[in-house]
Amino acid sequence: MIKLESNIPAGELAEKWTNYKGSMNLVAPNNKRRIEVIVVGTGLAGASAAATLGELGYNVKVFTFHDSPRRAHSIAAQGGINAAKNYQNDGDSIWRLFYDTIKGGDYRSREANVHRLAEASKDIIDQCVAQGVPFAREYGGLLANRSFGGVQVSRTFYARGQTGQQLLIGAYQALARQANVGKCKIYNRHEMLDLVKVDGKARGIIARNLLTGEIERHAAHCVVLATGGYGNVFYLSTNAMGSNVSASWRAVRKGALMANPCFTQIHPTCIPVSGEYQSKLTLMSESLRNDGRVWVPKKKEDAVAIRERRMKGNDIAEEDRDYYLERRYPAFGNLVPRDVASRAAKVACDEGNGVSPTGLAVFLDFASAIERYGKAEAYSQGNTSPSEAQVTALGEAVVKSKYGNLFQMYEKITGEDPYKNPMKIYPAVHYTMGGLWVDYNLETNVPGLFALGEANFSDHGANRLGASALMQGLADGYFVIPYTIGQFLSGEIRTPKISADTPEFMEAEKAVQDRLAKIKNINGNQSVESFHRRLGKIMWEYCGMSRNAEGLKKGQQMIRELRAEFYKDVFVPGELDEYNPELEKALRVADFLELGETMMVDALNRNESCGGHFREEYTTEDGEAKRMDEEYTYVAAWEWNDQGEIILHKEDLKFDNVELKTRSYK
Amino acid sequence: MKLQLKIWRQKSADSTGRFETYTVEADEHMSFLEMLDVLNETLIHEKKEPVVFEHDCREGICGSCSMVINGRPHGPMQGTTACQLHMRSFKNGDTITIEPFRAKSFPVLKDLSVDRSAFDRIIESGGYISVNTGQAPDGNSLPIEKDLAGKAFEAAACIGCGACVAACPNGSAMLFTSAKVSHLGLLPQGAVEHSARVQNMVNQMDKEGFGMCSNTEACEAECPKEISVENIARLNRSYMASIMGSEK
Repeated sequence: MIKLESNIPAGELAEKWTNYKGSMNLVAPNNKRRIEVIVVGTGLAGASAAATLGELGYNVKVFTFHDSPRRAHSIAAQGGINAAKNYQNDGDSIWRLFYDTIKGGDYRSREANVHRLAEASKDIIDQCVAQGVPFAREYGGLLANRSFGGVQVSRTFYARGQTGQQLLIGAYQALARQANVGKCKIYNRHEMLDLVKVDGKARGIIARNLLTGEIERHAAHCVVLATGGYGNVFYLSTNAMGSNVSASWRAVRKGALMANPCFTQIHPTCIPVSGEYQSKLTLMSESLRNDGRVWVPKKKEDAVAIRERRMKGNDIAEEDRDYYLERRYPAFGNLVPRDVASRAAKVACDEGNGVSPTGLAVFLDFASAIERYGKAEAYSQGNTSPSEAQVTALGEAVVKSKYGNLFQMYEKITGEDPYKNPMKIYPAVHYTMGGLWVDYNLETNVPGLFALGEANFSDHGANRLGASALMQGLADGYFVIPYTIGQFLSGEIRTPKISADTPEFMEAEKAVQDRLAKIKNINGNQSVESFHRRLGKIMWEYCGMSRNAEGLKKGQQMIRELRAEFYKDVFVPGELDEYNPELEKALRVADFLELGETMMVDALNRNESCGGHFREEYTTEDGEAKRMDEEYTYVAAWEWNDQGEIILHKEDLKFDNVELKTRSYK
Repeated sequence: MKLQLKIWRQKSADSTGRFETYTVEADEHMSFLEMLDVLNETLIHEKKEPVVFEHDCREGICGSCSMVINGRPHGPMQGTTACQLHMRSFKNGDTITIEPFRAKSFPVLKDLSVDRSAFDRIIESGGYISVNTGQAPDGNSLPIEKDLAGKAFEAAACIGCGACVAACPNGSAMLFTSAKVSHLGLLPQGAVEHSARVQNMVNQMDKEGFGMCSNTEACEAECPKEISVENIARLNRSYMASIMGSEK
């Protein structure tokens, strides 16, 4: 078993990061100028890291498969970014953000990393404001906040429903500034296809130029992966079509470990699947649960009538509706954390009360909010006895001002008016808490290989709270890696420029070329897309919102068979040496076919329910998740060896500052 | 619904392109790109080359889509990217023409995919505020009027898709460049470098071969984020001021 050293600094929790920063090794400016760093990925984590490392004086090579760094999928994050600023004077603090994140993650993340995240959160907001990110503001000109699920303070900063876009543009512009002065060289339309190790250290990558198909060798003193999550293993998810696991998975195939891969986040409010042709799912921001009430019909015959389009949601009388979140979780109501809300929707639909033709949807209803806001607005206008029509018109205007762009998006996709009829929503795969195993320095078990943002596992445990992904991506990129990378690079100041012409690079290049030729030469009869869809169905069925041992074993077997079939019968059109999106997709699906099996193995190993991982065998009497702290308070980090064996390595989690409690939102 | 598609096929940047006709069976709930997925699956099944088109988020925010549908960038719906367009906007028996964005500064790479890296180079020439990580004062130390922040946001909502250039008879990038100049220039943080930014970005825009603005306002009409041409007026004003009044 590989010994996993978390390298958490000694001392009090609140002082660890400060003391560590004060005592860590530095790289002097004259040496930084000679050192090269490769950053793969240009989302929030990658762009912020590359820009900051460039500012510090390192020579950075940045890779993205997109045509521009600005298109990375961080751009699609809607709701906001958390920070422990306590601008609202509602009792927020670094400790509280730390505690909420640990609890929200169901006690499966590292205390020290999460505390550092909470500390950095404040600096992120300052940095983004200085870059010109147009956050929402109050009339007095100061920054505005809103609430998100799983917390009782208002600490989320936002830019309408486009916070991710605005933050990414800030980081992209910082990166563009470094490109302009020559400290960052950006390789657009390049995809990393392998990691290169020299004497056990990560020293470069093999990348494919996606326009010409040329295979290129790129060397550096170290490699930083910020390549996002792997939600697309489920085929249908809220991820962008191109989001993939390949960079991380290639690192695993070179000895890095994949930690807690079965911890996936199913987001409760997405637009339901409408047909077999569906290519992706669209998220409706969690902020909607501030005002929307979730319900299904109490009577099965009503649900059937709605599914058969004989009735509409509005036809169901108030007393025949089951507002199941308010009923089951009175303390948090519609604002329970994501994993809890998603499972509750599944239970409602499994019981036969779903409201779309497929039976897989629940209502998210704004009628109460429209009435409440309408009455308040009429009152403030001096109208104490408004008509029903006046209340509705005024209320709809308020709801429009808060969620207008989301309502518009819903209407574009479904063709239904959410002001007049309740929205139909269903959970969908959204985020992956698992990722490459990293220590406190964000370094994997391969020396010189770092992983940031959604690509690592470290901060969200078994469930991520809303508005925390943007926070983590930017904390890692702006405020953690610029320091911790020095711990590794300070040992490299005598290392000359790494050559990409050594046998290690040549061998890796050859292996990539062989792999490409192998896949192309199968010349079978089934499209890449058809394999991806089938994999997604297996994952969703057996490793989705609820899992059991029997299903996971079956799922693992099915994936192995599917993988064998892929290598016998996949068809990739076009040539290797040209712009060929089908080839790109084939390589990504090949990696998903290995990751998927690892997820099944991880979920089967974890005999407990925690966060997004719900094992049917481990529930409390009232159907809630049952953690098994005695046996499973550890990080499961998986090795995939040359024989294709999946081997477990453990890092025990120690909680010195918080008490492990049953998470209750009742 | 049964549709006829006339799609621009071009093997590579330096080969000659042409329209080819296909028929496809679509469902009204499909998105436009899902309809193209169905076509591509059919082509792959027949061992033919699928149509290359750029796409990623499929929710209207990444700016990857770059196709002209029936003569309009992103198709017939106001304020909507091609990926958010749904087939209920079309009817059985329609013929739909699909071609890439066309502009001198956006060379076609393959089929419907074009090279928009000129936009990145415009941003690199000055579309940022020069602040290093760690230098920032507290976020609330600089109050910014709500409406002003809102205006900056509206300019910053640009997704960099290039529909403005494709819509413009001159292939001008004025809406794109002016949106960035407005976003940063309206905010006090960005005011310090405003003059230099305006000059550098306009110079780069010209260097990339984008055309001049002749106020047709087609860019605003086709912009999926409905960015206003007011930004162009603001850029022109700033550009004049930066030439006349600046010491640079």
